[in-house]
Amino acid sequence: MAGRLADALRDSWDSDLAWSFRHSPYAMVAAIVFAACVGTAVLAPWVAPHNPFDLAQLDLSNSLKPPMWIAGGDPSYPLGTDDQGRDILSTIFFGARISLEVGIAAVLFSMGLGVALGLLAGYVGGKTDAFIMRVADVQLSFPAILIALLIDGVARAVFPGAHDSMAFWVLVLSIGVSGWVQYARTVRGSTMVEKNKEYVQAARLFGIHPLAIMARHVLPNVLGPVLVIATIHIATAIITEATLSFLGVGVPATEPSLGTLIRIGNDFMFSGEWWVTLFPGLALVIMVLAINLLGDWLRDALNPRLR
Amino acid sequence: MTAFVIRRLLQAIVVMLVVAFVAFSLFQYVGDPVQLMMGQFATPADRIRLTHELGLDQPFYVQFFHFVVNALHGQFGVSLRIGKPVSVLLAQRLPATLELSICAALLALAVGIPAGVYAGLRPNSWLARTAMSGSLVGVSLPTFLIGILLILVFAVKLGWLPAFGRGDVVHLGGWSTGLLTRTGLESLIMPTITLGLFQLTLIMRLVRSEMLEVLRADYIKFARARGLSDRAVNFGHALRNTLVPVITITGLQLGSIIAFSIITEQVFQWPGMGLLFVQAVSYADIPVMAAYLCLIALVFVVINLIVDLLYFVVDPRLRVDRPGAAGR
Amino acid sequence: MSNPLLEVRDLRVEFPTRRGTLTAVDGVSFAIAPGEVLGVVGESGAGKSLTGAAIIGLLEPPGRIAAGEIRLDGMRIDNLPHEAMRRIRGRRIGAIFQDPLTSLDPLYSIGRQLVETIRTHLDMGDAAARRRAIELLGEVGIPAAGQRIDQYPHQFSGGMRQRVVIALAIAAQPQLIIADEPTTALDVSIQAQIIALLKRLCRDHGTAVMLVTHDMGVIAETADRVAVMYAGRIAEIGPVAGVIRAPRHPYTIGLMGSIPSLVGEREHLLQIDGTMPRLNAIPTGCAFHPRCERVFDRCQRERPDLLDAGASRAACWLYASGSRKEGA
Repeated sequence: MAGRLADALRDSWDSDLAWSFRHSPYAMVAAIVFAACVGTAVLAPWVAPHNPFDLAQLDLSNSLKPPMWIAGGDPSYPLGTDDQGRDILSTIFFGARISLEVGIAAVLFSMGLGVALGLLAGYVGGKTDAFIMRVADVQLSFPAILIALLIDGVARAVFPGAHDSMAFWVLVLSIGVSGWVQYARTVRGSTMVEKNKEYVQAARLFGIHPLAIMARHVLPNVLGPVLVIATIHIATAIITEATLSFLGVGVPATEPSLGTLIRIGNDFMFSGEWWVTLFPGLALVIMVLAINLLGDWLRDALNPRLR
Repeated sequence: MTAFVIRRLLQAIVVMLVVAFVAFSLFQYVGDPVQLMMGQFATPADRIRLTHELGLDQPFYVQFFHFVVNALHGQFGVSLRIGKPVSVLLAQRLPATLELSICAALLALAVGIPAGVYAGLRPNSWLARTAMSGSLVGVSLPTFLIGILLILVFAVKLGWLPAFGRGDVVHLGGWSTGLLTRTGLESLIMPTITLGLFQLTLIMRLVRSEMLEVLRADYIKFARARGLSDRAVNFGHALRNTLVPVITITGLQLGSIIAFSIITEQVFQWPGMGLLFVQAVSYADIPVMAAYLCLIALVFVVINLIVDLLYFVVDPRLRVDRPGAAGR
Repeated sequence: MSNPLLEVRDLRVEFPTRRGTLTAVDGVSFAIAPGEVLGVVGESGAGKSLTGAAIIGLLEPPGRIAAGEIRLDGMRIDNLPHEAMRRIRGRRIGAIFQDPLTSLDPLYSIGRQLVETIRTHLDMGDAAARRRAIELLGEVGIPAAGQRIDQYPHQFSGGMRQRVVIALAIAAQPQLIIADEPTTALDVSIQAQIIALLKRLCRDHGTAVMLVTHDMGVIAETADRVAVMYAGRIAEIGPVAGVIRAPRHPYTIGLMGSIPSLVGEREHLLQIDGTMPRLNAIPTGCAFHPRCERVFDRCQRERPDLLDAGASRAACWLYASGSRKEGA
């Protein structure tokens, strides 16, 4: 399995893709920016100038300092501080970490669910297929954010009180469930093509379950499209997470993601402390834009007909 | 055609029943509805009485039937948070949401379709490239952030437009409109842009890619070979064929505008249904959630039906009833 | 052939790609007399369709005419401005494409497409154009043309649709029709009808035809002269009877050998080993030399131009005056 996937990866990473990457300045810049985002997010505890969650380091006398280039700013807080004296730059690093964690975990969950359901629908066909795709149709006609909100609301009602500690997983679940359809459709289509090929019939003779062998053959085929969907989906998932957090139903304020930071900062906008909300917002846009650019490039590079 | 419409109507009813069932399950099985409705200080006798009144001692399908009948009459019970009937709350909030959504949809269509057509016809012009790059930024900007940035610039820094609320509204019968007062219109500008911008970029990108796809089609090549003018080829043939898929997706997008208004309403404290829904989610106010879900589903189903009917106007292939010829 | 209708001289069509420029048509020259049917035959990728597309000015970018001249009635048309070329398409040069199922715009009735084409080129009112459209449909053998004119493409069978396409191509009575694989997508039984129709129409109206196909049988039945293309060049050109009965170029010999119906006297089918080279790997000298049974050293070094070889002209060193040898 791993060998097949590695082969497929190497095949799709052939010279065409590499060529296209080298000749797309947008893609290169986006890749660098995204790598920087991931780098600072992963290394946040080490690269952030302060630890915004260490209460001992917080000093209310440092609260709401403006960015360093504005009168009253403090060079040790380059982008200023919030109402509790937390360094904005550091909260952005930690916030991006949480945003990325939720985004990637949700996408992996969606991908797993979508690929599995797509394989099942495509292979079994008949009523199972009709049912799965019908659910997909219905779900697709509702925006992901609404479905995520509903799941979140239900989780709150089912587990009253326990919500904050589970917020991360509730978010992953709600964003993940709201995004599986595209994966399922792609995989289903490819599965239906492969289903009747001889090797699948042959596999039966050798006593291998056809689904297992299908997965081994179908997955490399759909790797490209799934990769494109997943890349763009990470951007969407991060936005959805930020939106939920902004609406106050995402991760709690004690462990803020970028969306939470923007929501907190929103309260200070009218009193003139715009930096508390603007910088996390910019960080979010830059990260999402970089991922979208990568996704766009990847789609064009894997599907040259669309250019 | 009649068969097609009837089939679609049946499908719509099935979708509504499924959604109603989800809402019903929320209502009946999430938490203890009796406790939710009576609070913690109810006596056991009260509980039994209410259980009976709510029909909770009846079989499942009877309960579901009652739920559907009540829903058809607009009865979804009482909000746990506010203590008023959900139907009254939603009716109060509906005009605000609809006015905002329709304005945003008009903005998205009026700008998105021409921009997409242009970008499809002249994919290499600098204007089209700029619009495409701009649209990628638009897609990457979360709705709430657009709102915050607009407020920051036009309300906080410049002081030109109000930052929140609906302004003065005029009551016409049961409808409250902000379209007739100056403050009402001013209040509408930023929320409309906030809500419409994302859909605008989506519609533009969609129209562009469909246009590019259609322009590669054989019948376009043949239309050129027939010597038709560029205008006839691009607008008569290419644009019309582009519209078939665009209508579907645009229809769905219009539905999601109403759902997305949740975020815009939160940012601008716009007194619509979305704001009500967000508050309901954070308080686990199940009756409001269930009712909102059913209402949104109804909007989607109606829009889908309209989209299906529009197909008949645009696509002659559907006008003839042929067995097994569903879809495109 | 003193006043050819169409004259193509040293036509070269290139596709710039990121790995260098591909030359898809390389130094092709031929002429078509008024009313003459020239068959152009070759494997797919030999450059025959691109030659046709170049003549009507519909090469798809990035493909472009890199060198050579195309003259219609003595006037150069390869460098005409867009608008002037558009007026020639449909009016003076008609075109028919391979797939009738996709050549017609699905959203318009065939009558509307005919009227549109007629009115683009001829000074006619709507009613007159409609009468002409019905006439045309009758002429291409569509029964009950008066009723069927308001039907949509999906209501016609493949063969009927190709008749409509032909009606569209001759709507403005062009002097030349470029028919690119007009029967390939059709059933065998219908192929013959369409070819017969095309032949009859051209005879009646004195229209010249450039018939692009890979089907030697169609050529034998229809064409006056035939050009055999290989790897972007003409390998042999001459009167159809001569080329079929006594092919000169080894490639043509092989091509004839692989068609059973035309070589009744032969015991076995000849086959050409190997495949046509890809455009990025065309051999030096004669492009056919790696597959040629009669190759000699000059073939590997120098590229042959068309040389007199009996009834036809062949691009083969066998017919160079110095090294002339007996053909097969």
